[in-house]
Amino acid sequence: MSMPFYVPPEQLVKDRADFARKGVARGKPIVVAAIDDGILLVSENSSPSLRKIGEVYDRIAFAGVGRFNEFETLRVAGVRYADLKGYSYARSDVTAKGLANAYSQTLGQIFSHEVKPYEVDIIVAELAATVDEDKLFRIQYDGTLRDADGLTVLGAGEEEITRVLTGSVASDTPMPVVFAAACDAIERAADREIAPDAWETGFLERTDTRRTFRRLTLAEMTAARQ
Amino acid sequence: MTSHTPVGPLRIGEHVADASFLSILQERGMAPAWDAGVGATPHLAEATTVLALTWADGVLMAGDRRATAGNVIAHRRVRKVYPADEHSAVAISGTAGMAVELIKLFQTELEHYEKIEGARLSLEGKANYLARMVRGNLALAFQGLIVIPLFCGYDEATGTGRLFSFDVVGGRYDELNYATTGSGGSEAKSFLKSAWRPDLSREEALKIAVEALVAAAEEDAATGGPDIKRGIYPNIVVVSAEGVAEIQDDALAGIAETVLEGRP
Repeated sequence: MSMPFYVPPEQLVKDRADFARKGVARGKPIVVAAIDDGILLVSENSSPSLRKIGEVYDRIAFAGVGRFNEFETLRVAGVRYADLKGYSYARSDVTAKGLANAYSQTLGQIFSHEVKPYEVDIIVAELAATVDEDKLFRIQYDGTLRDADGLTVLGAGEEEITRVLTGSVASDTPMPVVFAAACDAIERAADREIAPDAWETGFLERTDTRRTFRRLTLAEMTAARQ
Repeated sequence: MTSHTPVGPLRIGEHVADASFLSILQERGMAPAWDAGVGATPHLAEATTVLALTWADGVLMAGDRRATAGNVIAHRRVRKVYPADEHSAVAISGTAGMAVELIKLFQTELEHYEKIEGARLSLEGKANYLARMVRGNLALAFQGLIVIPLFCGYDEATGTGRLFSFDVVGGRYDELNYATTGSGGSEAKSFLKSAWRPDLSREEALKIAVEALVAAAEEDAATGGPDIKRGIYPNIVVVSAEGVAEIQDDALAGIAETVLEGRP
């Protein structure tokens, strides 16, 4: 009869974390910038239908890097959670904090109990009245939940892109300028040019309308980069 | 097992048959349900006349503001017409409490579908879904708790405004030029029959809608006309290629005054 080898828990967790981190580091980067105009999310995505950035609720957006099916599962669960909460209580009761907590619990549970941890890194952004009150939460593959900065990059080339953008993006920078800077930084880190229609965007616009999420049109993107 | 709490942990890979919000509610035993039992139903607030008509660039929906319970005016400022999403509007007549819940569910449903699927439902799809929701209340309809909606929207596929009417069994009917429902509906319809013509401008359509409601209010006790002294005006939503727009009271005040002055 064969006996399973003893694996110390430290080793087990480390192996799992290494595995998940490798998956995430392969993901194409997403730039998230909270500015006066709103919260802008930019990523390279050659598929027009498999989205990495999505609307969760009136003022909340979601973005994920890593394995598509895994963060898509998380996005759908988040939309259900938000709609259910908003329907049962009131729209204003749906907050990024509650959602981020739920994601954190879920990812933590999957990390330690499932056969394979999720290879994802996600961000939940909530638009407030002013940029100082905006809330950005980042949740990692193991459920680690952190407050994210107004300028956050997920995925491959995280440090480099953040460094480049920190110099060129301030909270009063207009949205089109931020978009162009984010594209330039992503292209620079990838060391190649990206087609104009291969950008995926999400923009929580700081307006009084109920649903603030929209995507930039190709015309807007082209104009911003000229 | 079902749970009655909406804010439990996130459910990953939860089995829900489709992209429908109602399915989630049903899965968790949270779907709105009324069990009236047998016997007489109490006098509940009822919402009355609503109408919809097409105009040159889209459709328009209007409703009076009165809700009645038996012979009592229950509410004077009820809203019966609501935007359903960016390109459609829904109006209700019948048991007010149920109707308002139905609309809230319908609005959530359209938004939920759009977020999950990344695309809006077609206008036809929305109308069919609403018919399914009405059909779900059939047992209650036979006990007197009736909810009948009207639905209209701008069809992005064909570039036209379309209207749909419904009946208690969930029958869905395409209406050509105008449609009405509620206790004052037949009166409003006979007015629209003579006043409606193709290619109405937005202003003309607004005026005709208010006139039709005034005509209904004159004949039907359960329909409230514009009340200038109290500042109560009909509730109107216009849908066109630009999306839905609710007409504000100050714009309606002028129209209502003109209409009332012109009445014989």
